[in-house]
Amino acid sequence: MGNEYSVVGKRLPRIDAHGKALGQMQYIEDIVLPRMLCGKILRSPLPHAKILNIDTSKAERLPGVKGIVTGKGIPRKTYGIVPKAHDEYALAIDKVRYIGDDVAAVAAVDEDTAEEALSLIKVDYEPLPAVFDPEEAIKPGAPLIHEEYGSNISAKILKNFGDIDKGFAEADYVREDRFYHQAVNHAPLEPHGAIALYDARGKFTVWSSTQIPFFMRRNLAKTLDVPESDVRVIKPTVGGGFGQKLDLFAKDFGAAWLARQTGRPVKIIYNREEVFTCTRQRHPMVIYVKTGIKKDGTIVAQHCRIYADGGAYNSTAPLIITLSAYFMMIPYMIRNLRFEGHHVYTNKPVGGAMRGHGIPQVRFGCESSLDMLAEEAGIDPVALRLKNALRANEPHPAQYKIYTCGLSEAIEKTAESMQWKDRYGKLPKGHGIGIAASAYPSGLNNMSHIGAGAIVKIQQDDGSVTLLSGAADIGQGAESMLAQIAAEVLGVTLQEMRVLAADTELTPLDSGTFGSGVTFRAGNAARLAALDARKQIADVVADKLEVSPDDLVFRDKRVFVQGSSDKGMSWNEAIKAVQYADKPMPIVGRGFYHVDAVEPTTLLTQEGNFSPAYSFMAQGAEVKVDLETGQVKVLKVTAGHDCGFALNPISVEGQLEGSVAGGAGQAIYEDIDWDEGRIRNTNFLDYKMLTSLEMPDVENIEVITNDPYGPFGAKEAGEGTIIPTAACITNAVYNATGVRIKELPITPEKILKGLEELKAKAAAKA
Amino acid sequence: MKQLIELKVNGEVYEVAIESHRTLLEVLRESLGFVGTKRGCDEGTCGACTVLVNGKPILSCLMLATDAIGAEIETIEGQAITGKPSPLQKAFVDYGAIQCGFCSPGMILSAKALLRENPKPTEREIKEAISGNLCRCTGYIKIVEAIKVAAESNV
Repeated sequence: MGNEYSVVGKRLPRIDAHGKALGQMQYIEDIVLPRMLCGKILRSPLPHAKILNIDTSKAERLPGVKGIVTGKGIPRKTYGIVPKAHDEYALAIDKVRYIGDDVAAVAAVDEDTAEEALSLIKVDYEPLPAVFDPEEAIKPGAPLIHEEYGSNISAKILKNFGDIDKGFAEADYVREDRFYHQAVNHAPLEPHGAIALYDARGKFTVWSSTQIPFFMRRNLAKTLDVPESDVRVIKPTVGGGFGQKLDLFAKDFGAAWLARQTGRPVKIIYNREEVFTCTRQRHPMVIYVKTGIKKDGTIVAQHCRIYADGGAYNSTAPLIITLSAYFMMIPYMIRNLRFEGHHVYTNKPVGGAMRGHGIPQVRFGCESSLDMLAEEAGIDPVALRLKNALRANEPHPAQYKIYTCGLSEAIEKTAESMQWKDRYGKLPKGHGIGIAASAYPSGLNNMSHIGAGAIVKIQQDDGSVTLLSGAADIGQGAESMLAQIAAEVLGVTLQEMRVLAADTELTPLDSGTFGSGVTFRAGNAARLAALDARKQIADVVADKLEVSPDDLVFRDKRVFVQGSSDKGMSWNEAIKAVQYADKPMPIVGRGFYHVDAVEPTTLLTQEGNFSPAYSFMAQGAEVKVDLETGQVKVLKVTAGHDCGFALNPISVEGQLEGSVAGGAGQAIYEDIDWDEGRIRNTNFLDYKMLTSLEMPDVENIEVITNDPYGPFGAKEAGEGTIIPTAACITNAVYNATGVRIKELPITPEKILKGLEELKAKAAAKA
Repeated sequence: MKQLIELKVNGEVYEVAIESHRTLLEVLRESLGFVGTKRGCDEGTCGACTVLVNGKPILSCLMLATDAIGAEIETIEGQAITGKPSPLQKAFVDYGAIQCGFCSPGMILSAKALLRENPKPTEREIKEAISGNLCRCTGYIKIVEAIKVAAESNV
């Protein structure tokens, strides 16, 4: 493996790292345009209310205020992620549905004036009864949040495979439990922002901290009611997203609308409280899991019923519950299976895509259920998982096409490294280990944007290469990954590569950073574009060397004949040769990758493949629990990880370590604290994430499977790794204490309560 | 009512007219163009706006600009020597300590203050020194490694 490649698979620094280390990269708030105005959003103080009237006259008279827009003045056009589920106006019309809902936008000469203007806008509300709990919201008579649906269940899906009744009848052990996964904030360090410019030809240019520039363009055009061609979206450097920067927000619409209204550029940056309240969060979810296993550990049936609390709008629904369903069917072979998913409206901030998107919740329930059954049946949790682990190219009940699968190897190696056999159940009280597994798609087959384009441009005889890609780097290293792929194909170094990305006017269509498809889609597109350019160069060089183009090797800035490396020329000479052969310059290579999705699964179909490739991960946690205080310390997470092939091992490790930080945070600290629809902890003092002091050790065990369709064998690498973390920590906490946590996070209170209950039970027995 | 103050940033003196309630973060970013100093929360909880004032890491969103009059202020823009990354910055680049990069300027300055006072810190001391700088991407492991490497190479 070591010498096969020169650029991919190498521990190379990212191409944007120097700029970031020097503080030179431009994030949204760093961009300043001449005569730019400052915009602010007025928000609802009520969880549910009719808007009777909005009086902006006082605010309009305030010196320095240049523009105001409310829901009354905008097109009645809804937006969202899934086309059939658009349900949100850019600014609230008729009513507000959560505390923080967007009511009006103002633009003023400075921030102080804009804030004063907000305080001068008078909104008359008629409060409506509100509902905050998804299981309450589905009861008859609950206040309707979107009347047009006639119910607060905005989306429902049912998946059925095999014969669930027969399966449970065959089981030797069956149990059903209720789990709850809390709401979690993505908390990217960079708050969300947008800047808009409206030019004399009636065109908008919008810079936005977005993960999907092309989706942003589509939603902006729709809500502004202008053709898509009138909107150009440019993604500057983005300071983390984790799914939270997928959607259009009032800041994007407000900046664009007010830029047109005022004739001046408008910038809107959210503060941290707005990021917590008015963007997106991981869906809180109620999960009922019933699992049946045989004495030998075979899972014979599983039934899962979930209620995802979507808050006031759909955002990614029904996709979120669809993903929950898909990942019940993987990573284990379950022949009899039923999934009932509900996406429920409540008068709370909106659920959206977050790293893992609907899957960490379900896998937390399923992986806990498996451990509980393993104990009942007297089976080792590792053996139980190995017994049921999916294998590559096995017929799958839902017709998934799994070409590569390193799950068993990941479980085995993880257990081995943790010295599972010697330590499980043998550690002193308060000290425990646990395991969990998952899988993740490399992009989705059934979304509208399932393709990606790329252009490779070689313009100068100095041999420098420009790659144009629509992919959105939000900090995960997408641009560097693409540069490595193109450089490998062309046989140049990263030094020659420049990536121009995520500008809807300049770069080819791309589905964006979404569903972990960037490496697969944009990576393959970059590979194909580079191959196209290479072929054009190879034709000329082959002529000169009087060999076949197929015999040429491009490597380490040389083009030479396979097997006789002295017969060739330098990369720069090769480019010059193309130029002097009077071939058209610049050399342009074009690539487009489209997922083969002839019969993808949909919400309605029962069967079908939904991703071109699946990554697999097993994680083991080692924890220590203070039996006096109930405090949990995660000492180490060991992670076996099949990402196909690590295009950049440093980046893959970084993704894993970041996942563990997030997953451990969700296991033991992170929790949105509600009070009647108001978030109480909208800051980093009260919303606790891991700091450097709490971060556990992480051991990365690479499982290489070389996917036949992934670029250089690579699959998804950065998202699925967050899924097993909270589940394996929960299992380890049980192993350490005997306390089974069914509601995250694992707080000291819950541990102490559980220990008390165990004591009482033991006393009753005695 | 604005007042004219002088601030010494990265060794150069700037004259700037500000309202007295402006924070050092606002003045650095908006009046002087040092946008490498990041605003992550504006309430002293994330560490992204960390700069050095007389060698000590401080949260510039919690300090009034007028309180920095006469002090030596160091920002990320002053760390590179004639455009070349400092050994600490280079270690951050080489060891994968940077993902989205939004916490990096503050993180690098916290690390710099540590290494100045304690050129050979233990791993625990490194973790303590950066515990006020949140990072949502990296899980801190590669950041700690980069600071260790920089310490070993005698920054």
